[in-house]
This record gives sequence, structure tokens and C-alpha cells, in this order.
Amino acid sequence: MAEPNRLERRDFVKVVVAVLGSIMGAVIVLPGIGYLLSPALSVQKKEAWIPLGPLENYPIGVPTLFSFTQTTVNGWEKTVNSHGIYVVRFDEVNYTVLSNMCTHLSCRVTWQEDLNEYICPCHDGHFDIEGQVTFGPPPAPLNEFETKIEDGNLFIFFAEG
Amino acid sequence: MAEKVFTWLDERLGLTTIYNTVLDRKVPKVNWWYTLGSASLFLFVIQAVTGIFLTVYYVPSPDHAYDSVQFIMNEVAFGWLIRGIHHWGASLMVLFVFIHMLRTFYFAAYKYPREITWLTGVFLLLATIGMGFTGYLLPWNQRAYWATTVGTEIPGTAPLIGDFIIRILRGGTDLSAVTLARFFSVHIWFLPAIILLLIGIHMYLVIRIGISSVPHKEDNPKEG
Repeated sequence: MAEPNRLERRDFVKVVVAVLGSIMGAVIVLPGIGYLLSPALSVQKKEAWIPLGPLENYPIGVPTLFSFTQTTVNGWEKTVNSHGIYVVRFDEVNYTVLSNMCTHLSCRVTWQEDLNEYICPCHDGHFDIEGQVTFGPPPAPLNEFETKIEDGNLFIFFAEG
Repeated sequence: MAEKVFTWLDERLGLTTIYNTVLDRKVPKVNWWYTLGSASLFLFVIQAVTGIFLTVYYVPSPDHAYDSVQFIMNEVAFGWLIRGIHHWGASLMVLFVFIHMLRTFYFAAYKYPREITWLTGVFLLLATIGMGFTGYLLPWNQRAYWATTVGTEIPGTAPLIGDFIIRILRGGTDLSAVTLARFFSVHIWFLPAIILLLIGIHMYLVIRIGISSVPHKEDNPKEG
């Protein structure tokens, strides 16, 4: 007979089976959970400095549309999105870069030379040359990009979201 | 408390009876060769589980099949592990099912009253090979493409109906998107359904009739 404080063989086996079983169960189940969750947990960085070429390429006083594409990879598929921005030079030194996305419902605005305004075709939103709302439903001015000039080239900081 | 719950369930589900008939049944004194059936079943379960997991990301279309497999291997957490197990498990399963068949043959376990167990086993072996054949195309890499080109060409050499068989297998004259889609469908729906049904019959018979014992010289009194 076993002494009172000694672990019975049967109990010892039970504990060992429980511990080993839990370890084996975890080794099987955890990778499975990780496998299913992994795309949900990886956050895609969609930020980049986009080069727009030398500032001198853009005329003074007239907002000029610059288009570029950005490729996002979702799993096994590549999606190419095109984006447009307006480069506005006020004089030799001062300039701004505006998004062409209307702040109302994300339609694309175009610069109308004759009106001296950006017009959104969807709900007739108007913005002045600096992007301030002059007419219509847009709740905010056009988005302005963070810019820098490096080696004579103009860059904007583009973050999608 | 746990015992009360168990008794309650047991009374209604007959768990003890299931345990006694399935797991606690009488078996003759046998050797390791007799574990191959269980091993095959275990491998089938592994293949089913890992296969289900693979369908989460795999796309059976020529534009995405290869890329989706690369995604599983390189981007998804433990994707390499799930696909690796499915890949090696497939070869192991063919091997185990085949050796299981050899054991049954050499031990003459296919005889009365186990003919139907043997027959379902034959179809299980064929279905397993079919799983290997259809699964091989799915990664849609060069090896898969050319292996299936050759593999579908072989039955094409049959006289008269050869060309017709090729067209059925490929879903047309060429190996194409249609081929990939039907191989995928056969691989994840048709064959697994058939295999499950056959395993059900096979195991019912194993439990009903019991397994044969190892043949002995003394079994046949005419021989020395």
C-alpha cells in the first residue's frame, strides 16, 4: 500500500496524460487558429513619399493635375489604384498640393479654368484655388498633402485610409 | 456532478454501448501490421482537416491558384505547416492504404465472410489514388501541369474511347481552367464524399464481423 503522502501510480499517470495531452492539443490547435487569423492581424502600410518631379515643371497660378498609381497587394491579388492630386504654385516659392478627392462623398474634383474653382460633378461642390469650400455640400476644404523638396524634386507624403 | 451528467447522457445516447462495441471489442492476438487500417483512417482525418484549412486561402483558378499557394506558404502564419502536412500526409496515406491492402491480401483476410470489407477497401484504395491524382494538379505549377497532362494522356491511349476519356477528364481537349476547377471539385467534394461513405461501410463491417487472426500453419490440418 502506498503511504499517505506518496503519489499513487494511477494519479501520476493521470497528471502526465493531462499535461502531455494539453501540450499536444495546444501544438495542434494554436497553429490552426494562427492560420485562420493571420491575414486579419497583419496591417498593411499604405504610406509612401510620392515623387512628383521638379517643381519647375508645374506652371505658376494654374493648378495642375498629377496622376499616379499605387499597387496594393491583398493576399494573392494585386490591385492598382490610381490617384490624382493638384499641384498649385502661387509664386516661385509658395506652393501647395491638394487631393482631388471631394470631402463630401469622395468624387473627384476638376479645376475649371473659367470659374477659377475646383468643381465636384456629383453634388456641385465648389472649392477655390487653395481648396477652401466656396459653395455646395462639402463639409471641409480639400485635403492638403505634406510636402518636401529633395534634390530639386517635389514629394508628397501619401497615406491611404 | 460530472458523473451525473455522464449518466444522464449515457442513458440517452448509449455512450457506453458505443464504447464497448467500437473500442472495447474482442480482437485476436495480432501484430503491428494490423494497425495500418487505423493509421490510414488517422491520415484521412488529418488530410480532411488540413484540406479544409487550405481551402480558406486556395483559389482554384489559373490566374490565382499558384499565387494563392505561394501566399499560403510565405505569408499566412503556419501556412507552410498546414500545406506541408497535407503534402506529406497525402503520400503517406497512399503508402499506408496500399500496405494495408497488401497485408489483407497476404494474410488472406479478404475471404468469407469479409468479401465486402475487401471490396470497399479496393474502392477506398482507388479513391485514395484518385485524391492523389486530382490533388497533384491544384498547386498549378509546372510539375502539376505536366504531370496532369501526361496523367490524362495515359487513359487517352485506350482504344476507341480514349479521346472521349481525355475530354471528360480535362473538361475539353486542353488542360485548362475547366480542368483545374473540376479536379478541385472532385478533390474536395466527390471523392471525400465517396471515401466517407466507404469508410462507414468498411468500419461497420470490421466491427460487425471482427478482424481475422494471423494465419497459422496449424490452421490447415492437411499441411504439415
